[in-house]
Amino acid sequence: MSSTNLSPADFQPLPPSEAVQQISRPSLSYWADAWRRLSENPRAMASLGLITFLLAFVSIGPALWQVDPSAQDLDQIGIGPGADRTVTIAAPFVPWSPQQQSVTPADNNLGLRLAMQANTQAVRLAWTATGSTRHRLYRNVFDPETTGSLGLPLVDRDQPWFEDRLDLQPGTYYYTLVPLSADGVENDGAVTLPVDVIRVISIAQAVDRGLIDANDTVQLGQRLKLAWHPLGTDYLGRDMLARLMYGGQVSLFIGIFAPLAFVLLGVIYGSVSGFLGGATDQTMMRFADFVVALPFLLFMILFKVIFGIGPGESGIWPMLVAMIILLWPAPARLVRGQILQIREEGYVSASRLLGGTTAYVVGRHMLPNTMGVILVTITFQVPSAIFTEAFLSFIGMGVAPPTPSWGAMCNEGIKSMLTRPHELMFPAMLISITVLAFNLLGDGLRDALDARMRGAE
Amino acid sequence: MLKYFAKRLLLGLVTIWFIASATFFGMHAVPGDPLAGDKAMTPQIRANLEAKYGLDQPLGTQYLIYLGNIAQGDFGISYTQENRRVNDIIREHFPISATLGILAIVFAGLGGVLWGALTALYRNQWPDVVIMFAVILGISVPSFVVAAISQWSLVGLNLAAGTTVLPIGGWGSIWHMLVPALVLGLSTMAYLTRLMRSSMLEVVGTDYIRTAKAKGVPPTQIFSRHQLRNAILPVITVLGPAIAGITTGGFVVEIVFAIPGLGRYFVQAIQQLDYTVIMGTTVFYGAFLVFMVILVDLFYGLIDPRVRVDQ
Amino acid sequence: MSPNRQLAQFFLLAFAGVALLMLALHYAGSALSGTSSDVSAVDEDANSISIIIREEPPQLNSSRATDAISGMVLGHVMEGLVRMGLDDRLEGAVAERWEVTPTQATFWLRENAKWSDGQPVTAADFIFAWQTALKPETGSQYAFLLFAIQNAEAINQGTLPASALGVSAPDPYTLVIDLARPVPFFDKTLVFPTFLPIREDFYNATNGRFGADADQLLYNGPFQISRWVHGSSMTFKRNPYFWNQDEIHLDAIHVPYITSDATASLNFFKDNKIAITGLQAENLSEAMRMGWQIRQHRDGTVFFLEFNHRQGRVTDNVNLRRALQLALDMDEMVYKVTKLPGYEPGVSLFPGWLMGEEKLLRQEYPPQKITPDASLAKQHLQKALQELGLKEPPDLVLLSGDNPISSVQSEWVQQTLKTKLGISVKIDKQIFKQRLAKMTSGDFDLVLAGWGPDYNDPLTFGDLFASWNKNNRGQYNSPELDAFIDIAQSRLEPAVRMKAFGDIQQHLIDQAVVLPMYERGVTYVVDPSIKQLKRRVIGPDPDVSRAYIDTSGE
Repeated sequence: MSSTNLSPADFQPLPPSEAVQQISRPSLSYWADAWRRLSENPRAMASLGLITFLLAFVSIGPALWQVDPSAQDLDQIGIGPGADRTVTIAAPFVPWSPQQQSVTPADNNLGLRLAMQANTQAVRLAWTATGSTRHRLYRNVFDPETTGSLGLPLVDRDQPWFEDRLDLQPGTYYYTLVPLSADGVENDGAVTLPVDVIRVISIAQAVDRGLIDANDTVQLGQRLKLAWHPLGTDYLGRDMLARLMYGGQVSLFIGIFAPLAFVLLGVIYGSVSGFLGGATDQTMMRFADFVVALPFLLFMILFKVIFGIGPGESGIWPMLVAMIILLWPAPARLVRGQILQIREEGYVSASRLLGGTTAYVVGRHMLPNTMGVILVTITFQVPSAIFTEAFLSFIGMGVAPPTPSWGAMCNEGIKSMLTRPHELMFPAMLISITVLAFNLLGDGLRDALDARMRGAE
Repeated sequence: MLKYFAKRLLLGLVTIWFIASATFFGMHAVPGDPLAGDKAMTPQIRANLEAKYGLDQPLGTQYLIYLGNIAQGDFGISYTQENRRVNDIIREHFPISATLGILAIVFAGLGGVLWGALTALYRNQWPDVVIMFAVILGISVPSFVVAAISQWSLVGLNLAAGTTVLPIGGWGSIWHMLVPALVLGLSTMAYLTRLMRSSMLEVVGTDYIRTAKAKGVPPTQIFSRHQLRNAILPVITVLGPAIAGITTGGFVVEIVFAIPGLGRYFVQAIQQLDYTVIMGTTVFYGAFLVFMVILVDLFYGLIDPRVRVDQ
Repeated sequence: MSPNRQLAQFFLLAFAGVALLMLALHYAGSALSGTSSDVSAVDEDANSISIIIREEPPQLNSSRATDAISGMVLGHVMEGLVRMGLDDRLEGAVAERWEVTPTQATFWLRENAKWSDGQPVTAADFIFAWQTALKPETGSQYAFLLFAIQNAEAINQGTLPASALGVSAPDPYTLVIDLARPVPFFDKTLVFPTFLPIREDFYNATNGRFGADADQLLYNGPFQISRWVHGSSMTFKRNPYFWNQDEIHLDAIHVPYITSDATASLNFFKDNKIAITGLQAENLSEAMRMGWQIRQHRDGTVFFLEFNHRQGRVTDNVNLRRALQLALDMDEMVYKVTKLPGYEPGVSLFPGWLMGEEKLLRQEYPPQKITPDASLAKQHLQKALQELGLKEPPDLVLLSGDNPISSVQSEWVQQTLKTKLGISVKIDKQIFKQRLAKMTSGDFDLVLAGWGPDYNDPLTFGDLFASWNKNNRGQYNSPELDAFIDIAQSRLEPAVRMKAFGDIQQHLIDQAVVLPMYERGVTYVVDPSIKQLKRRVIGPDPDVSRAYIDTSGE
């Protein structure tokens, strides 16, 4: 039989051949097909829309909302969105020290009364001096009758007057004066005085803040509107909207590029290790274990020293490099596990049998099949990178103050979570939107890139 | 198999030696004086302290002494907790971190597999959407916030009930662990949910599932024997390092819930530049991690015969 | 469809598994570590109260302890020669009476003071403790507090043996101290833990682990540590051998939790687990709504903006410093930015609580108040630029710590100087040890720093900027100031010394050597049934050793 006459040439792979049969539709390349399916996925398209919005928010936003993100509006610290902005013009603040009791005492036991109209500059209280007795003054935002607590002790005072300036907000305060005995014990006869505080600003401050022109004629008592902060202000009176826009630049940069870069490095490392197997795999994986076990914080500090970042300089690039160097092993381990599993699959053997080179087999068959876990990993590293940046900036590496970032804004908002929730909510919401967008996009990409999903729809 | 195990252990020792050396020299390269306090010391008192901790020796000598001590299992005396041995610190606090960590991993693993399988089964239907949003919230909100909110809710619960329904912090009984472990495992659970969903979807389209279906295998068996078993692999790959990560990463949870774990010693030691505690905890965790990785690799072979680790 | 059932089964199995595992962990856990006993904030039946501490006491070996938490714990379980009473006056503790002359101090010890094993506390225990603290191999950081004693410095330097210390015991209950130099406030320094007694035979029996565990300590104070689970909890029980049982009312003090998280601490208080907690500005309105009795205490620490006075630094220029002094309105910072109640805007390096000759030092020598004035500040800046030969205002590096309060403050300083003077400030945030390293090496222009008192005399603040003081990190060097400090250190007449402190204060303000920012305060709430809880500046804080429970007021 002639069929036994085999020559080595018969075992050569076939040369790339023309299509053996006519296809009714035009042939689609892998990538073109992937794009087609991605663009047909409404959720993936929505996520692309979200990402475009976020990018526009941080890049075009600052041009539209031209407010200095580090300007401190100390008249409006920590106000929520839509807070009342009314302010009354008043004389500039001058420290008060009445030489003698010039005010007429009120007709309560201690003669406690308001010496001047109370405003956010100061609340000035006076009472009748009864010998050398000391008094303790309390302040409450609730009526002590209803809560049973006198509130915050402001001062133990020998003189019969006091000027309160601590964090005065427009509203009603209840001041309670308690006489003290010689050894500091509270006696009976406390007197409570409700005081209405109005928000004021001096003319010079109003000019400084740009509320009025230096040439304008304004009178004391005239009402103005303070600067508008659509999303409120933070703990230093800085505009939240502007800070979110600028903060997003840092957070999106590190949140997108760091995971992309170190996952990519991990994918290459892991697939090489998994594909080669044997002793090489062992050595490479032990090196990965070594990197994982290094204390992250210590080496971050070390990188900061090595890169020589001076005070006030942005360490965002060194931070990116350091994160890549230290964080690649986790995705590498994951990808290697997947590759080990896929390596024995029929289609891999087939591809190799058909003459596929290593790079081709890994790139065309193995990696697309691990795409699912890779994409999940990348999307999940987005928030963790954003928070890592915030933590590192807090301990002095990363961006220098007053540059904001979403993660740092979250960390600062936590303290006042219950009293001023907007300081935490807005940055957390933006981070959530980012994560959501990347998750949806990741899902869509996975569906589009995964060869096995081709017929699944 | 035993030979493979022995080889892996030997390699592990080399890895640990690398970790110890890198950390030792890295730590000494960080500027700052581990002995310095808020108030300045006279040169004499400083010199006395340096002699006490052996810092007056050249770095190379210190390194050799240190390696010798590690080999004998002695990590030295802490700089900040001045008369506690690092060995004691690890011995007393690691079991607590480990207990919490294991529980968190179990929560994360089971929850992740369960929710992940659920989302894959109901792909693009409402359970998928709901869980996806929960997952995204779970990873976008920093653990500090989750911990603070859950403790705050517990206080509300106890106040409303008028008695201690669940302790809001501290350590000791099973009830102390419950909420902290959930909080600690939350982000891992979210990650595993998505990972599981993704790999479940990949498995659905494979030939062996189709074959099994064609053979008429009951769907329950397909689900448990083929789908779950194949899809769970990446989850296991992640679990190994996650166990090590979660037992060290419990810093925030330990602080908020007043749990005496090792996590806070680890973080504080670096900020305080407490040389011996940094070294002790790093080497210990390195060893722990290496061991977990070996375990996971062995486990891998058991679950998936295709991945033979000893080849 | 069965995957649902399958999942349900899986879920049930998982649930059962977790329950089993938790049970196993429960037993393993309780075998491995002690439990946080669920004690309530105030237990009238057991006559006990619960408090919280921020971190594990780092060092209960009194010869080496330096920090406030160890000091607090030691203050409850140990007793020195003297103590600060509830009225903030020095009173006898182990010492019944004492006498201090310029060359010698003599203490007569009470014979009924006992250790927790029933043996008497003798003068030898003090001598041993002090010799131990001074020995070079002990490496005690606060050994310098003992340097007032004859030969102490030489012993610490290793040139003399410990036995050469100028302390003797003519009989077991008399302690005679030879002073190396006259120290007018010597008896006040004895409140510090370094001066607590240690018994030699017990110390030697602990093999270097003295103070490491509850059973590695011998107690002579009102309480003794009966249980100490590291990092987790402590219990103090009444010490039956304490000589002054009449003053002690509680049977036990529990420390069921150790955490540095302020919010967690507040939650424990709300949950009725601890009897005292600090309050942050954010929690104030909640505390008022809950009707809690809020209290306040100034903890004695002064925080300031320190300049780098090294030659070649722009901050060496007095006009530049004055420009900053006039531009930064500390009232604004305290009342609007940090807005922490109890904080007092800083006007002087000497805090308001320090006593002068008869009245408060602040009343005897009121500091000159600087009124912020932006235009005057600009004039000084112009002058400074001329003197420095600069055209543009220089950039300044502000070294700052990595805690939230100093972050806020440094950002406020940065923005204020930018808007008022056009000076751009670079914030150099560093973690604790790196910040110390940079402070020591002089790698800064400005630094946020604080200083807490070591003893109750204005000198604890007054000598801070002496050219020879190692804590003078900016290396300010002025012969004029040094001369004033010399008077305050060496003279004995109170009037002369207080005048010197007044001069030091004026010099610091005139030369803008340092810009005081604020005196720190603590706002806290206490369970209303607890009486005689003492907060103090010097000595253990908070001190509940003399506290008692009284629910009659409710």
